[in-house]
Amino acid sequence: MRILVCVKQVPDSWSERQLTDGFTLDRDAADKVINDLDTYAVEAALQLQEVHGGETLAISVGPVDAEDAIRKALQMGVDEGILVTDPALAGSDAMATSLALAAAIQKAAVDVVIMGIESTDAKMSVVPAMVAERLGWPMLTLAQALTIDGSTATVHRQTSVGHDVVTASLPAVVSVVEKFNEPRYPSFKGITAAKKKTVEHWGIGDIGLDASQVGVAGSRTKVAAAVPRPAKQAGLIVEDDGTAVAALVDFLVERRLV
Amino acid sequence: MTNVVVLIEAVDGLLTKPSRELLTIARRHGSPVAVCVGDAADAAAHGADVCAVVSPADVVEPVASLVDALATVCAQYSPTLVLVTSTIEGKEIAGRLAVRIDGGVITDAVDVREGLEVVQPIFGGAVTLSAHAIGCAVVAVRPGSIEPVAAQGAGSVVAVTIPEPTRRRASVVSSVAGAGSARPDLAAADVVVSGGRGVGEHGFALVEQLADALGGAVGASRAATDAGWIDHKFQVGQTGTTVSPQLYVALGISGAIQHRAGMQTSKTIVVINKDRSAPLFDLADFGIVGDVASIVPAIVAEIGKRRA
Repeated sequence: MRILVCVKQVPDSWSERQLTDGFTLDRDAADKVINDLDTYAVEAALQLQEVHGGETLAISVGPVDAEDAIRKALQMGVDEGILVTDPALAGSDAMATSLALAAAIQKAAVDVVIMGIESTDAKMSVVPAMVAERLGWPMLTLAQALTIDGSTATVHRQTSVGHDVVTASLPAVVSVVEKFNEPRYPSFKGITAAKKKTVEHWGIGDIGLDASQVGVAGSRTKVAAAVPRPAKQAGLIVEDDGTAVAALVDFLVERRLV
Repeated sequence: MTNVVVLIEAVDGLLTKPSRELLTIARRHGSPVAVCVGDAADAAAHGADVCAVVSPADVVEPVASLVDALATVCAQYSPTLVLVTSTIEGKEIAGRLAVRIDGGVITDAVDVREGLEVVQPIFGGAVTLSAHAIGCAVVAVRPGSIEPVAAQGAGSVVAVTIPEPTRRRASVVSSVAGAGSARPDLAAADVVVSGGRGVGEHGFALVEQLADALGGAVGASRAATDAGWIDHKFQVGQTGTTVSPQLYVALGISGAIQHRAGMQTSKTIVVINKDRSAPLFDLADFGIVGDVASIVPAIVAEIGKRRA
C-alpha cells in the first residue's frame, strides 16, 4: 500500500503573522514550522504502515524552503518526500492549491491520502474536500480512528450529536482530527535517517499543469484589502453590586452572543 | 436581477437562525433561490423567491448529495453568489461546489457587502480581509454574523432532481446519537467557558452549567488541570489548546501569560474574578469583580429568563 500524507509549512502561530503588499502571506515575516495539525496525519500514516507495510510519502505544495516541513515528516519516519514547487504557484488560493495537489497525488499513484483538518494559517479547511472532489475519490472526514481492510477504509468520527462509522472504497482521502493520536517525536535515529531520504522537487510542468492554472492566474479569489484590527479598547469592569449580572447579559445580547 | 443560491436548513419545517441570516444577506444581492432538504414552510416569509426542495430520500450522503443538489440548481439559475453556513459540513460543501462550478470559495465570512465584497477575519481576528471571487462566489458565512431581517419573497416551490451519482462516495454505516459529548469541540467552539484556580475543586459544575447555557465548550487553566479538577485535554493555553471563539468567559482565572497566549484572540472576553488585580482583566471586554459561586448561577438564571 502507498500511503501519502499532505503537510504544509505555516508561520508559527506564536510569532507575528503578516501579509505582503499583495495580500499574500508574508512567508519571511515569521518563523516557519510544519502545520501542527498535519503531524497527526503523519502519525496516522505511520500507524497504517506499521499494520499494512508499504511505503509512506509526504507531499507539500510551497516554496523551496517548505521542504523543511517534509523533512520533519521524514524525521518522524515517513519514507520519502515530494515538494511541488514552482515560481508560478505563488499566490495560489484554495482552488489553485487543490488543483496542484490533486495533480501531484495522481502522479504519485497512491492508495490513500491523509490530511490534517486545517492549516493554522489560512484556516479555511476546504482543501482536503476540494482535492477529493477533483480526484473524484470518496472523502472520509474528521477521523478519530482509521482502519483499512482489503480495499475498504473505515473511520470513526465524533459528530455534534454522537458517533459515526463511515466507510469508503480505496483510493480515498481521509482527514484526521487531533483526537486521532499523539504524534511521535522524531528519535535521534529518525533525524539521522531523514538526512539520507530523498525529497523530489516537481515543477508544475511535471504534474501536467501550466502557469495559467495556478498561482494568482489560476486563483478564483482576489483580496482587495486587509485591515488590521483596531487596538483593543479598555473594557468595562464592574463590581458585583447586584446589577452586574443583568448588565453582563445585556452586553452579551447586544453583541448577539446570547 | 441576478440569482443568489442559498443552502438553508429547517427544523420541523421552520428555518434555523443561520439560514435566516443567509437569506437576509442573499436578498441584498439578488433574488434568493433557497435549496432545502424537505419542506421549509417559512422560507418565503424570510425572502426566498424560489424554494428548491430536495427530497430527504435522495440525500444518501449528507455532503455529496447536497453538493449534487446545489450544482444542479446552479446550472439552472446561474447565480453570482452561493451562500452556505460556515460549519464543518458547510465548508466542505462550499469547497466541493466551488470545484464543481469553477467558482471562488471563501469560508468563515462575516458579511458580503455591496459589489459582492466578502469580509473574512484571519489570523484569529487580528486582520480583516475583503475579497472578491472570480466567477461565482461560493461563500460560507459564520452563524451569528448578522441580524436576520424578515422579508416576503415569491416563494414558488420547485422540486430538485439530483442526477444519479457516478462517483464513488463514502457511506455512513452506523450513526449512534448521544455517544459523544453534547458540547462543541474546544478548538472549534464559538463559545468557550473556562475555569481556573478561583472556581475551586467543586466549582467545575458551575463552569459546565454556564457553558451549556451559552451552548459552548468547557475549558480550563493549567492551575485547574494540574490540580486534577478536570482532565488535561480541556486546558487552554500555550501547552494546551489555542482557542479563538466569538466569546470567551474566564471564571476564576488570574491570567498567566501562558493562558493568555491560548485565548487572547477571542472576539469578546468576559472575566469574572474576586481579585480585581488579576491580569486577565486587562483583556476583558466586560469584567465582574466578584464571587464566581454566586455570579454564575445568577447569569444562568438571567439567560434563561431572557430566552423564555
